[in-house]
Amino acid sequence: MKILKQVCLLMLVLSAQGARADAAAETLKSSMVEKNAVTLERVERDAIQVFCSKPRSVVGDPDEAAALREAALSAVTLPGDDDFLGDWRKGLEVASNGRGLQYTDDPAQANGGNCYACHQLDPEEMAYGTLGPSLSGYGARGRGLPMLQYTWTKLWNTHAYNTCSHMPRFGAAGILTQQQLKDVMAFLLDPESPVNRGLVP
Amino acid sequence: MKVRWAGGITSLVLVWLAGWTAAETDGVFDEYRAMFGDDNPAVFVIDEGEELWFTRAGPKSATLEQCDLGLGPGIVQGAYAQLPRYFEDVNLVQDLEARLEHCMVTQQGRSSETIHARPYSLRGDLGTEMEALVAWVAEQSRGLPIAPGQSHPEERSAYVLGESLFFFRAGPHDFSCATCHGQEGKRIRLQSLPDLTDHSGAAAAYATWPAYRISQGIVRTMGWRMRDCFRQQRMPELVMGSEASVALQTYLAVNAAGAKMAAPGLKR
Ligand code: HEC
Ligand code: HEC
Repeated sequence: MKILKQVCLLMLVLSAQGARADAAAETLKSSMVEKNAVTLERVERDAIQVFCSKPRSVVGDPDEAAALREAALSAVTLPGDDDFLGDWRKGLEVASNGRGLQYTDDPAQANGGNCYACHQLDPEEMAYGTLGPSLSGYGARGRGLPMLQYTWTKLWNTHAYNTCSHMPRFGAAGILTQQQLKDVMAFLLDPESPVNRGLVP
Repeated sequence: MKVRWAGGITSLVLVWLAGWTAAETDGVFDEYRAMFGDDNPAVFVIDEGEELWFTRAGPKSATLEQCDLGLGPGIVQGAYAQLPRYFEDVNLVQDLEARLEHCMVTQQGRSSETIHARPYSLRGDLGTEMEALVAWVAEQSRGLPIAPGQSHPEERSAYVLGESLFFFRAGPHDFSCATCHGQEGKRIRLQSLPDLTDHSGAAAAYATWPAYRISQGIVRTMGWRMRDCFRQQRMPELVMGSEASVALQTYLAVNAAGAKMAAPGLKR
């Protein structure tokens, strides 16, 4: 009896939330206009986005969270040639560039990764954001295959490890190309990169 | 004329600022803000807004003097602090921008289309009529507590909708407002991000918009702030006075309720 009551309550809460979330999407569609390359399709959300749009007071179902993580993990595309590391100098440019996919950006230009918006990287660079942890000296964790795969996966689809991570899905969402990802990997892991210089033996 | 002059001061300041490195600019802006004291260049825009309120315009050649901003026709003093609120004549919750548009249409006979053609100025432009009017009306609430309507059911559902929009993650970067404004003491590059889910963060932000933007030389409205943050969120362009714009501003205003209005503010 008690369980039945709880299940009913849960269903009520869930359906109320579903209705509210749909109302939000409908509101956005009627409140926005497409501009340059940015269309109203941006309002449509996938399952991860819906799950991670809950107000703080609402706790997500842990089983659903685990299923979403697994789906993200199994869809990660590793580099075909097993070569994870590109040119850290180009990676530095990707990390510093905050443009891309806004209606004021030129779609003909390469997107940036905007890593500096959220992370400390080169300790000499003072203009870094704090939404994410500091990655200075990240290369100290080594460059073995597990570390390469972990970092690649984190960049490809951060939700594979952390369901509602605040970080964008650079590979899965098509923000960065495979080559740009390799360059950023080198920026994070190459001992010569300013992220690691002097910090990694 | 007056608006042009304010822009001139800013260009000079911008040239001066160009000599500073990014790490120093936050401090420099603070210094610059302090230098102005109470002399916000928005004063010129406020004057212009007052003039526009009393200027005949549109096919009906009417002024905005009979516009009801919520406290009765023609009452501007204190009106901004009580917005957004429910208006029976349109059966909608409206912010100041939606309400001004309504008055321009009904009283002056102007078309929504022309009002929406350029509600906010582009970088380096002269300010728009909407920006000037908003600056003046908001200034008439300085020192009064923020008290948006929450007694009508439509007002309460605007808050609930605003909250769900605030946490709505979408677009190629998966951002929501909460990604950037959901924690205390964070920053993007060097720009501090207020926690808008919290009273003190929301109050500090809400009380100081509309604001004179030093880096742009114009007064920006809260509606423009919503539009520009959606742009950074990689979303399409937000329509001035739209349901989403009003709902988000309702969410922010209610979180900020009780704090004293201090607009137009002075911003980076
Ligand atoms: C909008 C914010 C944001 C952006 C932009 C961002 N990140 Fe992150 N990142 C985070 C957050 C928050 C975390 C920690 C939480 C988590 O792991 O999900 C994180 C975690 C990481 C980690 C894992 C750290 C660890 O200790 O294992 C790596 C590596 C990383 N980010 C690299 C990058 C790179 C490279 C870029 C740019 C291409 C980038 N991030 C852009 C927010 C961001
Ligand atoms: C990708 C990051 C990002 C997202 C997403 C974002 N903002 Fe912002 N927001 C900023 C930055 C950066 C500033 C400060 C701008 C400046 O100083 O020029 C800001 C400023 C603001 C301010 C003014 C704060 C003040 O104290 O003056 C408000 C209000 C605001 N944002 C609301 C929102 C809302 C509502 C949303 C969602 C619709 C949103 N933001 C989404 C980055 C973001």
